[in-house]
Amino acid sequence: MRERLAQIPKPMRENLITFGIVVVAFIVMQILISLNMLSHLMTGLLVPLCVYVIMAVSLNLTVGILGELSLGHAGFMCLGAFAGAFFTKVMENVITFSLFRFILAILIGALVAGVFGLLIGLPVLRFRGDYLAIVTLAFGEIIKNIINALFVGLDDKGFHFSLRDSLSLGMGEEGRVIINGAQGIVGMPRDSTFLIGTILVIITLFIVLNLINSRDGRAIMSIRDNLIASESVGIDVTRYKLMAFTISAALAGVAGVLYSHNLNSVQATPRNFGFNMSIMILVFVVLGGIGNIRGSIIAAVVLTVLPEVLRGISDQRMLIYSVILIVMMIFNWSPKVLEWREKHSLKEWLSRLRKRKAKV
Amino acid sequence: MNFISFLINGLSLGSIYAIIALGYTMVYGIAKMLNFAHGDVIMVGAFTVFWGVSMQGFDPFLSLLLSITICIILGVTIEFIAYRPLRGAASKLVVLITAIGVSYFLQNLALLIFGASTKSFTSIVPFGPVRLFDGQIIISSETLVTFAACLIIMTSLTLFIHKTKPGQAMLAVAEDKDAAQLMGINVNGTITLTFAIGSGLAAIAGVLLCSAYPVISPYTGAMPGIKAFIAAVFGGIGSIPGALIGGLLLGVIEILGRAYISTQLSDVIVFMVLIIVLLVKPTGLLGRKLQEKV
Repeated sequence: MRERLAQIPKPMRENLITFGIVVVAFIVMQILISLNMLSHLMTGLLVPLCVYVIMAVSLNLTVGILGELSLGHAGFMCLGAFAGAFFTKVMENVITFSLFRFILAILIGALVAGVFGLLIGLPVLRFRGDYLAIVTLAFGEIIKNIINALFVGLDDKGFHFSLRDSLSLGMGEEGRVIINGAQGIVGMPRDSTFLIGTILVIITLFIVLNLINSRDGRAIMSIRDNLIASESVGIDVTRYKLMAFTISAALAGVAGVLYSHNLNSVQATPRNFGFNMSIMILVFVVLGGIGNIRGSIIAAVVLTVLPEVLRGISDQRMLIYSVILIVMMIFNWSPKVLEWREKHSLKEWLSRLRKRKAKV
Repeated sequence: MNFISFLINGLSLGSIYAIIALGYTMVYGIAKMLNFAHGDVIMVGAFTVFWGVSMQGFDPFLSLLLSITICIILGVTIEFIAYRPLRGAASKLVVLITAIGVSYFLQNLALLIFGASTKSFTSIVPFGPVRLFDGQIIISSETLVTFAACLIIMTSLTLFIHKTKPGQAMLAVAEDKDAAQLMGINVNGTITLTFAIGSGLAAIAGVLLCSAYPVISPYTGAMPGIKAFIAAVFGGIGSIPGALIGGLLLGVIEILGRAYISTQLSDVIVFMVLIIVLLVKPTGLLGRKLQEKV
């Protein structure tokens, strides 16, 4: 058994462990639910957990693998959430089989977010570093604000759009407003379940992990490590950057669909789709380790569950996150700290100990 | 007449953006980093005056001085604790993420101390509005003070940079950090000075902003901070006249957009400006073109 395990190539073994963690976590949760050992609060957290995990893994694709900071990830989630919810509301009475409708909604959410990711990525990915971060932030806010001001209605003549109010849609008597500006979409069927969420997490992992270990993934990582060198060996930089960015956006769209179908109504507020959400996901990615997919999953789960368990510190939780974020960055990246860590690492200490013993 | 009062409002908001943008543009020019926490230093400055005037009953002018001092100390401390250890780090993203962390830290600290609710801010400008053309155009006193402050700050900063030794040192560090060090310029000290000036200006901008739009909350600084950064990019990052022009234009665009296009979409218009500027002229109106060296 062990020999056979050793024959599997290392990246694949690592990936299998990651999948294993997700599956085991799912089974443990199911057992806890069936034994009635999970509080109402925790059961309510299960689907959001899946949403955050998908968000963190997909953002890690941009930040860790592509090496560019995107601050507009919540914008793509918003697009997916509204595209999926819009489809569900329109088709509510047409497709009554809810699972099939939900699967279609997920595909549409991913498609819309992915197409926008491509369209936004085309101009945006010419920038690097700080500029890219601020431009993605701008696009995220634009998406949120436009959806917040968007009115869409449906009557027998078709769809009506407006950016002013529901009256200016000019609909017939039979018409109904589907997206109602700042009130968003109301009366959603709650199709999201923990099982579907977990399956989506596994699909996300499958896509991202396979991409990382593929030829395309290595090309993307080479761009991260040295743009000019990878250009000079003939890697199509724009194409690979766009590929990573679009996949990341589409996966955020999937998370959005899962999110919007877990609520009775969905609105584009700053709290759920604004800059703050993008930052929270970024905190998950940074704490889990930039570029480390398994770390993102664990960080997303721990940082979502911990504040709910420790209710007493929920006020201070964002303060604590921010301190952890700063400390982690300095601890992991500061040249002086790195030098100090090398000198005082356990390995170094042990080898010194060994040397001393050898002398004696 | 409506148009003229919108224009004046726009220029007033733009002057505040310009003062904030100075902090961004100087720090970006010299330390080559986007100080995301700059917007939240504005908030700290405004809250200090709020605490002094509304909660302790201090003299407004004294509170302003206190606010400037606290912001300077805060800015220098942030630079020393969070940014300096990361100078020379392998990836540029690292400093940006740390700056976001600092921004979040300040917001949540204010949230814990003052609570999340929006509070009304008492304007510290002591005199009333000016009426022109038989009261057809009313210019608020805050607007006048903002214009005056912006003008004084721009002039004195330009003089400081071109006529004094520390100012010349800033230019040298912005040009080439290593060469400046070789010439005997204290690079770390110069960067600290830049943060001190930027943060002091942020305090003034925060008080002006909260006097003109008399509300304050822990999130007061975030959006104006981002918009001021857009103004800095618009005018050409690293350029002081650029910050002024970018700030004024952005303020006018925002107010006119809000008045004539849509109230809800005014932020969208401002962000669109950023994207269009970056696509058409990435160096901004007055910025210099930088060649990336291999």
